[in-house]
Amino acid sequence: MRIKFDEQLKNLNNEMISMSAMIEKAIQEAIDALLTQNIKKAKQIMKDDELVDREQKKIESICFQLLIQQQPVARDLRIITAAMKMVTDMERIGDQAADIAELTVMLAKDPYMPKVEHIKKMSFETITMLIKAVEAYVEQDMEKAKEVIEHDDVVDELFLQVKNELIALMKKSTGCEEQAADMLMVNKYLERIGDHASNIAEWVIFSVDDHVRDEFPS
Amino acid sequence: MMETAKIKVKKLNLYYGDNHALKDIDIKIRPKAVTAFIGPSGCGKSTFLKTLNRMNDLVENVKIEGEVLLDEKDIYAPGVDTTILRKKVGMVFQQPNPFPMSIYDNIAYGPRIHGIKDKRKLDEIVEESLRGAAIFDEVKDRLKKNALGLSGGQQQRICIARALAVCPEVLLMDEPTSALDPISTSKIEDLMEDLKKKYTVVIVTHNMQQAVRVADDTAFFLLGELIEFRETKLLFSYPQDKRTEDYITGRFG
Repeated sequence: MRIKFDEQLKNLNNEMISMSAMIEKAIQEAIDALLTQNIKKAKQIMKDDELVDREQKKIESICFQLLIQQQPVARDLRIITAAMKMVTDMERIGDQAADIAELTVMLAKDPYMPKVEHIKKMSFETITMLIKAVEAYVEQDMEKAKEVIEHDDVVDELFLQVKNELIALMKKSTGCEEQAADMLMVNKYLERIGDHASNIAEWVIFSVDDHVRDEFPS
Repeated sequence: MMETAKIKVKKLNLYYGDNHALKDIDIKIRPKAVTAFIGPSGCGKSTFLKTLNRMNDLVENVKIEGEVLLDEKDIYAPGVDTTILRKKVGMVFQQPNPFPMSIYDNIAYGPRIHGIKDKRKLDEIVEESLRGAAIFDEVKDRLKKNALGLSGGQQQRICIARALAVCPEVLLMDEPTSALDPISTSKIEDLMEDLKKKYTVVIVTHNMQQAVRVADDTAFFLLGELIEFRETKLLFSYPQDKRTEDYITGRFG
């Protein structure tokens, strides 16, 4: 029964996993390039974002095929709908990794004056969220997905902390205002990645949870 | 799920000889809505549909227990006139089956049997019924022609018009589009949207996408049992019974 359909769903799942791996790598390396001021690596990340975009298109096209050919219902439909929504969040994470890389190219010209410790902590927390969200998807684990959503508060809190520190630094007029402003943007990108990871987790719950609900998660 | 019910079925059991074909069916069918019955072949959905206007009475060795209430009145109670019942609860079958007579006479047949003789009144009923079945414009210039000369899709709408001509309250449709091409199917589906404004429509279909498109509520039958019955959009997005999910997602083997 439904051999082709199950194969197509498996294929979709594999592509989702490979797109997840791509963005995980992009954000890890973007942070690495930022911390080590590695311009070459940063430029490579910007270039590789194209691959993420291409993967998104590929997954969307698989989903369209599935909708047309199989007219899915019930959990099948939820899985496919969720995949179509998730790739949007995943693609945005890819963009934000590229944005951080772009800032890195500028930031790498001078040694860092603001403390980068907090950025390190912030990036660690968001990457953890992303990895966990992807795991929740692969393992279809609702509990893990819920943990990701809860963890977003930690990231939001850190964001505020880093922001306040950077503002305090700017007020001192130590000549690092420009760098602090760029760091603030990096900080914001990381915070957004946390939001996207949280969205991914919500879609995991949507596809796994059998409880009736009338609306899609926002 | 609903407050009012046009049809209420309580603990309905049906046996064909030793074969227990319907088991403890309990269901409430909403008025002025489309209700679909789905399920694999032999699950009892057509048998159940036929119990709603006592079409099974004619089958040999059939035994029916339980209640079928139409507007709170048991249609299996002694003294119920099945001719009047079937006037109220009309039926359309899988294969279009117009009578071998003119289009006009096909539609006028029922009203004539029920005693209407006035030509003007009959003309009125024929036109109204054909309009109700969205076929009037296609046949208005050949009402005297034999209905068997029409296409399958047109014949099916003639049969719907014939059912409408006796002013039914409920319309039962047993796979009404399975013998039709996609365009005729789409016309009948559009028609159902109109019909439910005035009638309670119950349809048996093998085409699940059709149930999704036309039905407000859907009931899933399996091996003579009613497994799950809920709003169509919920049944097809969050089926609560594993068997329903397996069936609608094509996992039955």
